[in-house]
Amino acid sequence: MAIETIAYDNKTVRDFGLATMVWGAVGMLVGLIAAIQMYFPALNLNILYLTFSHIRPVHTNAVIFAFVGNAIFMSVYYSLPRLCKAPMYSDLLSRLHFWGWQLIIVCAAISLPMGFTTSKEYAELEWPIDILIAVVWVIFGINMFGTIFKRREKHMYVAIWFYIATWVTVTMLHVVNSLEIPVTFMKSYPVYAGVQDALVQWWYGHNAVAFFLTTPYLGMMYYFLPKAADRPIFSYRLSIIHFWALIFIYIWAGPHHLLYSALPDWAQSLGTVFSIMLIAPSWGGMLNGLLTLRGAWDKVRESVVLKFMVVAVTAYGMATFEGPLLSVKSVNALSHFTDWTIAHVHVGALGWNGFLTFGILYWLIPRLYRTKLYSDKLANLHFWIGFLGIVIYVLPLYFAGITQGLMWKEFTPDGILRYPNFLETVLQVIPMYVIRSIGGSLFLLGAVLMIYNLARTMKAGSLLASEQVEVPAREPAPSAPFRFSHRWLEGKPLPFLILAFVAVVIGGVIELVPTFMIKSNIPTIAAVHPYTPLELQGRDIYIREGCNVCHSQMVRPFRSETERYGEYSKAGEYVYDHPFLWGSKRTGPDLMRVGQKYPNAWHYRHMEDPRSMSPGSIMPSYPWLLTNQLDTTTTAAKIRAMQALGVPYPLPYSAMANFDLAKQAQVISDDLKQGSIDCPPDREIVALIAYLQRMGTDIKGASGGTAAGGP
Amino acid sequence: MQVVVVLLIASVVVAAGFLVAFLWSARRGQYDDLDTPPVRMLYDDIKAGEKPVTPAPSPKSE
Repeated sequence: MAIETIAYDNKTVRDFGLATMVWGAVGMLVGLIAAIQMYFPALNLNILYLTFSHIRPVHTNAVIFAFVGNAIFMSVYYSLPRLCKAPMYSDLLSRLHFWGWQLIIVCAAISLPMGFTTSKEYAELEWPIDILIAVVWVIFGINMFGTIFKRREKHMYVAIWFYIATWVTVTMLHVVNSLEIPVTFMKSYPVYAGVQDALVQWWYGHNAVAFFLTTPYLGMMYYFLPKAADRPIFSYRLSIIHFWALIFIYIWAGPHHLLYSALPDWAQSLGTVFSIMLIAPSWGGMLNGLLTLRGAWDKVRESVVLKFMVVAVTAYGMATFEGPLLSVKSVNALSHFTDWTIAHVHVGALGWNGFLTFGILYWLIPRLYRTKLYSDKLANLHFWIGFLGIVIYVLPLYFAGITQGLMWKEFTPDGILRYPNFLETVLQVIPMYVIRSIGGSLFLLGAVLMIYNLARTMKAGSLLASEQVEVPAREPAPSAPFRFSHRWLEGKPLPFLILAFVAVVIGGVIELVPTFMIKSNIPTIAAVHPYTPLELQGRDIYIREGCNVCHSQMVRPFRSETERYGEYSKAGEYVYDHPFLWGSKRTGPDLMRVGQKYPNAWHYRHMEDPRSMSPGSIMPSYPWLLTNQLDTTTTAAKIRAMQALGVPYPLPYSAMANFDLAKQAQVISDDLKQGSIDCPPDREIVALIAYLQRMGTDIKGASGGTAAGGP
Repeated sequence: MQVVVVLLIASVVVAAGFLVAFLWSARRGQYDDLDTPPVRMLYDDIKAGEKPVTPAPSPKSE
């Protein structure tokens, strides 16, 4: 048999590895700063760029797309060529991919703290960055598929299947969820509104977890766990079955993020059913990973790499059991909007993603540098500190979530809320927040130990930048990698039918989407009107400041919520909401019915210093709103964009919108003067107050005054 | 709720794509051999210039 010499590019792998470590530490540090602000809001030093609502998306984006993202690419660029016995398709594309992805991260790290956000969780980046992501993702795709097509192994090992599914699905999710109309450079409105936007967002959000945090990591597990244990995977057959089952089921589970919301009931039930079904393929993967070590558990005692991997796979099993549990409506009624969700995602993020990444790094870096790990002892210390960190992180948050959920729902025997003041339920769980931040610190400390350990390892060894290996030469095979000729199709009616269907559907979607979207903007509640220009500007400030990070706008149909907040939310109330702002966490109370509840002056003073109005509040101050001048040059463009999306402003309205805006601002400014607050009408706070006072008031008259909320 | 149609179509398209991929891969014999691929991936490639020493594979129990 002829032998060929090929070279694997280890430099790109190393670079992605370095990026994983650096961005991981940054992302975790930002998370820690955010966590401490939950009980010590002054830590933001009254700086906009350090305020919780601005850095929370920095934390989530950094750990998901920077830490986990780079770890995925590191693993793919290492394992894919070796599984295919072919070098990566193009070194140039590898370079472009690496630097393009780092550029995206830097753009995110700059734009998010500044308040350039779409408000959609894990898709906060604004449209120019969205385009950049698409370009870099396509580069990655070409590089990956090019390598697969040029492979010397006929059989694609199961890890490759996971990588392929990741790429395909993330592409679709990103495109569909990022359909938006640019208004200005760095500001856009999504084409979807209200309930529809919520559904698209959580279809995306859930699948981002599925296809960015799960499927690539399963692929990584299937490569690195057997490698590290030097044992074949427990059942290759199971890996293939659970792969196909997982990807077919995962995509339908998104609506479980919207249980008891204004989403139609059937869609909620669909989400629940598929979520419960997901236990089977998820646990198939977990068991396959753990059983690989059967009869070899002595290796786990000795190998720190395997220790990390075992905990990772176990955490995956726990998180994927808990997820379906939280998708059951009766559990969700308690858990939703509380810290339970945060605990749940951190079992996955810290345990599954974090520990698997650490395990892979400890295995990979010494190999790339042709040396031994600098210190096994230090790595073991990292393992125990990190493990302890996870426990100390999640347990208090479970406790906090359940405590707060129960307090929100508790009534006295007389039938009134036992804790009518929301703040009481927050202050109750503050000690838990303190403990959580200790857990987070430990986890971060562990990561820093790892970075030190691996840096010393790198220093001791030397990078094998280009690994020359001998592989059997490619046969002039009759099995060319991809023979998708039409002739072949003709002989296969079923695939042909499906492909034709796909082609038709794509055309149909392009044609139909705009029609759907605009039609659906016709209000079903006659009392619901578009926002005034000032309210619209105020709403964009609400988005910029990230109010939705801590405040929901979704009163669920429970007596405990209608008593506390007012009339429950109706789908028809959101038809002009581009984007929807339902939120996913109630660190503060729901704001759906906050309109007209407090005087303007209350809001003014509350933004200046929340503790002056509610002593003990953990909300940050937003003093810059009081001095910033509202940018009204964008009003016309915003109105025009809304009109394009079907919001029924009178046609020539955009030109005179600022006139109405000034009028409404003057009224609020005059009212503030009554409360002896001297606030010129051109300040941002005026617009924000206008929006807050409008919220949820449209149907107040229509529903006969039932909307009077609790205190 | 019309967006459900969009999501359904998008999801069905991807699912159909995966189905085609599955049928294609099954017919192309991707799953004919479920025994050697998990073992083969354990072998490291032979470094260029080194003598091709076959490392002893860890025996698959059962």
